[in-house]
Amino acid sequence: MKIVETKTDKFVLGGHEFNSRFILGSGKYSLDLIEAAVENAGAQIITLALRRANEGNTNILDYIPKGVTLLPNTSGARTAEEAVRIARLSREVGCGDFVKVEVIRDTKYLLPDNYETIKATEILAKEGFIVMPYMYPDLNAARDLVSAGAACVMPLGAPIGSNKGICTKDFIQILIDELDVPVIVDAGIGCPSQACQAMEMGAAAVMANTAIATAGNIPMMAQAFKKAIEAGREAYLAGLGRVIEKGSAASSPLTGFLKEKEEA
Amino acid sequence: MTIYVNGKKEEMPKDTTMEQCIEKLGYEKKKIAVELNEEILPKSQYESRILSEYDTLEIVTFVGGG
Repeated sequence: MKIVETKTDKFVLGGHEFNSRFILGSGKYSLDLIEAAVENAGAQIITLALRRANEGNTNILDYIPKGVTLLPNTSGARTAEEAVRIARLSREVGCGDFVKVEVIRDTKYLLPDNYETIKATEILAKEGFIVMPYMYPDLNAARDLVSAGAACVMPLGAPIGSNKGICTKDFIQILIDELDVPVIVDAGIGCPSQACQAMEMGAAAVMANTAIATAGNIPMMAQAFKKAIEAGREAYLAGLGRVIEKGSAASSPLTGFLKEKEEA
Repeated sequence: MTIYVNGKKEEMPKDTTMEQCIEKLGYEKKKIAVELNEEILPKSQYESRILSEYDTLEIVTFVGGG
């Protein structure tokens, strides 16, 4: 049997190659822990938000290890136009061409507005951005995002910051099965087993922030996620064993029991 | 002259360039982006761009986020 070489299993996104399939968020925890979290996570992509600057303050950019790809998000945007504005400003800071587009009008559940997200994606992809849209897992919207030039789609597992897991499992599976771009499960993943589950389903990568930020030991949880994501990826590449809906299938031989009498 | 930076009033000498303004306010050029009157001003133009009375600046940077 052929053993899949996981070392050669690269995650390709917008023409860039990554070894890690863990996209780490940087929100809601101390800047002092960012370096340790990134290192323990083995993450090569870290998300950031754009906000008004305060003069003289310490800057998160001083805490992110060199060589890590910065993925600014468009948080705060309520319309496509606002998302485009934030993306352009982020690029002007000098972070590269990646952008995680999120357009959110709903403040209670923080659910993404797929329609505005598609509009922003189209504009930004034309401007040369590598657009990673955060979305509600809807196949039609996902196809429109791909047509608009998205480099991947980032469907939510559950509301942002909820740690509830992949409540949208069946719909994310449809995206994985039907789309030709990477599907990155974003939002809602609350523990390593859920990250592993996403990877077993065939997700290309997992994004997590709150699960790490609200953990008792942030660097250790980052490492636990890393292991879970790698395990899930290997399981996916290996091909999961089948499930039988009813009855059982013995794992041990059904012959040669001690009680058996030899036939005369 | 008066300018507005991130919604706050600031006083600057006449003929201040964007480069001088940013330095005076204590920002690090390589970690920020600036919108001048709602249009992004490329960093390459900071030195040559002279500010006018009532110019409105948005100075942004990265913070932690998911």
